[in-house]
Amino acid sequence: MFQIDFGENDDKVVGIDLGTTNSLVAWMNLTRPEVLPGEDGDKLVPSVVSLTPHGAIIVGNPARRELIDHPDRTIYSVKRLMGRGVEDVQAELKLFPFRIAAGSESVIQVKLGEKTFTPPEISAFILKQLRKNAEAALGGPVTKAVITVPAYFNDAQRQATRDAGRIAGLEVLRLVNEPTAAALAYGLDKRQQGIIAVYDLGGGTFDISILKLHDGIFEVLATNGDTHLGGDDIDNRLMHIALEDIQSEWSEDISHSGEAVQTLRRDVIAAKEALSFAPVVHLRFEWRGRKYDREIRRELFEGLMKDIVERTLGPCRDCMKDAGVTPEQIDEVVMVGGSTRIPLVRSAVEVLFRARPHTELNPDEVVALGAAVQAGILAGTVENQLLLDVTPLSLGIEIYGGVVSKLIHRNSTIPASAGETFTTGVDGQTNVLIHVLQGERELAKDNRSLARFDLKGIPPMPAGMARIEVRFLIDANGILNVTARDARTGQEHSVEVKPSYGLTDEQVEAMIEASIDHAEEDLQAAQVALARVEADAILVAVSKAQRDPAYDLLDGEERSCIEAAIREVQAIYHSDDHEKIREKIDLLNEVTRGLAETMMNSAVRGALKGTHV
Amino acid sequence: MTTDYFAFFGLPPDLAIDLKDLEKRFLDLSRKYHPDLNARKPAAEREQALESSAILNDAYRTLREPIARAMYLLKREGFDIGEQTTKDVPPELLEEVFDLNMALEELKAGDTEALPQIAEARGRFETMRTEVDGEIESKFGQWDAGHKRESMAEIRSLLNRRKYISNLIDKTHVPD
Repeated sequence: MFQIDFGENDDKVVGIDLGTTNSLVAWMNLTRPEVLPGEDGDKLVPSVVSLTPHGAIIVGNPARRELIDHPDRTIYSVKRLMGRGVEDVQAELKLFPFRIAAGSESVIQVKLGEKTFTPPEISAFILKQLRKNAEAALGGPVTKAVITVPAYFNDAQRQATRDAGRIAGLEVLRLVNEPTAAALAYGLDKRQQGIIAVYDLGGGTFDISILKLHDGIFEVLATNGDTHLGGDDIDNRLMHIALEDIQSEWSEDISHSGEAVQTLRRDVIAAKEALSFAPVVHLRFEWRGRKYDREIRRELFEGLMKDIVERTLGPCRDCMKDAGVTPEQIDEVVMVGGSTRIPLVRSAVEVLFRARPHTELNPDEVVALGAAVQAGILAGTVENQLLLDVTPLSLGIEIYGGVVSKLIHRNSTIPASAGETFTTGVDGQTNVLIHVLQGERELAKDNRSLARFDLKGIPPMPAGMARIEVRFLIDANGILNVTARDARTGQEHSVEVKPSYGLTDEQVEAMIEASIDHAEEDLQAAQVALARVEADAILVAVSKAQRDPAYDLLDGEERSCIEAAIREVQAIYHSDDHEKIREKIDLLNEVTRGLAETMMNSAVRGALKGTHV
Repeated sequence: MTTDYFAFFGLPPDLAIDLKDLEKRFLDLSRKYHPDLNARKPAAEREQALESSAILNDAYRTLREPIARAMYLLKREGFDIGEQTTKDVPPELLEEVFDLNMALEELKAGDTEALPQIAEARGRFETMRTEVDGEIESKFGQWDAGHKRESMAEIRSLLNRRKYISNLIDKTHVPD
């Protein structure tokens, strides 16, 4: 009767940085963005997900510990797989312990133990954890979020991220490009005019964006990058050297042990991070009682990663060219991502842009802080600020001869649109298939296939008579929307979308359902596991009792009764019905009661005897 | 799709445009239409804002570049710009094209010695295009003086020539 309607506006909108290595959640605390810590007090949630042997999902720091104990049930850097096909990730598979399940055609299926998940589902587990952290910290429900993505993410990668949000039960109000978010976080709006460059080297991706500021409006002029270049690559170089070194020192190849590799990886990362602050560090690794200790000098480390840093400079130069600016025109440079702590990276950036980079904000947190500012803009709590972002890749359609006709060029401010009229090629044709691609190359096969759109239900008429106007619109999330209309009748035309890499709407819906059902299933799995543990315990105890002198005192009927009950427990042990397992455990318990009492009595007698000595 | 880009910015259909003024109008309209600033409105209004914002960005992209602006205006005035003809191409250029095609043939046959010649040709064509761009812009005033259809004829033939040169430049970008 006194129910109060809090309305939609009371829902807090959070900003989420869904990173390759770590993820964070932040919100606008009145006028200031603030990162929200998890239950363990840590602001960084490692982007690691593990499926326990009991069938429960764990995320973050606890999951990271599982990397060593259960490497086959644990996954990290899943962002590298988002929106990609199996053939795209062959190179990654050599370097990352991803276990891809068979039958992963348009969407990769990753194995965790005995189950399989798509990358958006795994990312959804991370998002759910962040959501939980935010709800605990803010003391209320969180259902809306802004999620950041690398600026150079293509349509499929963006869709996959948005799908992950939906599966996690979040309404994704906006996908924001990470470098642009970082610019917002720096509050560079205090500088009313100027040109800034954002250099973002994360765990797995590299982005460069150049922005122009006009009194609170952040206009992105151009963006460039590499969605497969980051700190992970540096780790892999160090890993390679350490593994070889250990093999020659120990005469043992440990690279086949997931446990050993993950332990070494942890130690390598620690050494890498320490090298940003010390000129010499020790890489120490212990494995089955053996110790490995190697001194690493910064010069060696820098030699090792020089070409990785070089690879970031090409996109920076291209970006300046596309933005139509020279290094002298750039007023400020902002550094984002953990890898920008590396002195070699900083000096390379300083030389290229001829400006001392901003490092005041924690490079791990700056993207999440910016996402929170963007959340504030959408919620209306942050005024006079606006991001005008661009699409990183050109959008086109395949025309005759497998050639691409570009409709929306890269670095176009989004939302952006283009129209095209299609017709039929043969008499009586009732559908037209449109192949949409993203990329800069001339031929369709060299670009990224986004989707095939099928214009169906065209009334049969002579070839070339039909007029279907198709509108391609890239929205503010950088995601393509296609609508079609019959030019004669003006009626909306149905478009069936077949994404080349990614989930269909129906699949996402099914996953949202499944994640709700899953709670039940997870509980079920845990119950079964627990029942089996009890069964193990009683079977061990009974088999021990069978060797006790008391067992020989039982009559034959009692003994065969116990043996039959043991067989029944063994028979039901592998079933998934925990109630049946428990039933048989109870039965075995029942028939062995006499035996237990006899044993107890003799034990008591023995104990009493002992005290009399 | 039929929105007039000039009208959208509240500008007369002139070819000579004050870019500072255009940018200011673009930023002001962005504050009005951008989806982020309309996020809390009802669905129908959000949809409308998305549409307007897309048109705004498309229009700004078209009008801020002199060549794209001139092409847009030609189309707006009902000129057909789809056909590429050689009638607007000076004869001395046709001779150059002949040489370039020869060099491209040689390259196709595996003779990489033709590469410097192709690069040189590209440099010349690029200079030519810059000159044509200047010429086109110098004619903007003719149109602006009275918005007379016939004053677009010269611009149209220059744009045709430019297109021809651009195609040649594309040809010289040989894959390695």
